[in-house]
Amino acid sequence: MRHHLILRVITKLLVGTIFLFALYVQFHGDYSPGGGFQAGVIMAVGFILYGIVFSVAKAQKVFPPWLVHKLIAFGVLLYSGTGIFSMLMGYAYLDYTAIDPQHPSHGQHLGILIVELGVGITVTGVMVAIYYAFASRTPVLSDEDW
Amino acid sequence: MLAITAISVVKTRSLFAIVALSGVFSLLSALLFITWDAVDVAFTEAAVGAGISTVLMLGTLALTSRTEKESQKSNFFPLLAVILAGAVMIYGTLDMPNFGSSDTPVQTHVGPDYLQRIPQDIHVPNAVTAILASYRGYDTLGETAVVFAAGIGVLMLISGLRRRRNDDENEDSSSDTEDTT
Repeated sequence: MRHHLILRVITKLLVGTIFLFALYVQFHGDYSPGGGFQAGVIMAVGFILYGIVFSVAKAQKVFPPWLVHKLIAFGVLLYSGTGIFSMLMGYAYLDYTAIDPQHPSHGQHLGILIVELGVGITVTGVMVAIYYAFASRTPVLSDEDW
Repeated sequence: MLAITAISVVKTRSLFAIVALSGVFSLLSALLFITWDAVDVAFTEAAVGAGISTVLMLGTLALTSRTEKESQKSNFFPLLAVILAGAVMIYGTLDMPNFGSSDTPVQTHVGPDYLQRIPQDIHVPNAVTAILASYRGYDTLGETAVVFAAGIGVLMLISGLRRRRNDDENEDSSSDTEDTT
């Protein structure tokens, strides 16, 4: 897509906005619609858009596959680790009161934030990994093929 | 409009147009969810259905052909199966309470309890997030594990981690020899 000037300029503008919106959906999920799943998908869309317009190789330079694969597991570990943390503190598994026993509601708030972050990281990782897996098998198409 | 989109998906032969139309279908159903006040679901539908799956379908298209094969078999039995399944579903909805009525199990069982407890327990304005991540934390953990498993499955099937390891060992070997190893 070397000659698609408009596409490339607009993409450069949009990718940052998409990431910002993903972060907003992620960390504002307890006040407004959205949460980890949606934020993860939006975040992944940012990388995928970059990959489509500029080339998968460039996207992989920004967000290398080994990091993506580690992040997939890290999100799940963050989620289940929160549960194990509350068990170690003497509460039930995934009882977020353990994070701040003096203010149970603060603990709940933080706990939700952390597990949603875990969900978001995993979803981002999986979506980007699936995209990489598809795109790196694709023979390079010329624009006329579409 | 949903019905029109669905019919045109069935009628069209070009897979590229079908992928685009299924994106349209997702967006329309997201609008439908918004009119039902299910904003979180609408958000997910718009992001996942219209966004990611369209891109992934296009990625698949690039690997395969772009037009559908003409069907050889008769359409009679599939049509019969669809009509039967549809009739069973419509029969099932006859037992359901009226849309929006307030004395259904959905409205009277645990829903009000959650809505009353969330302000004291969690102080989170978005009840959907509170239920999802706190009261139903196990379920969400399970969902995350499912996403994780799906991602790992796709990676093992089509990304070829072993092949990439071979790439690292002999960088300049051609793609044909990599496939055979």
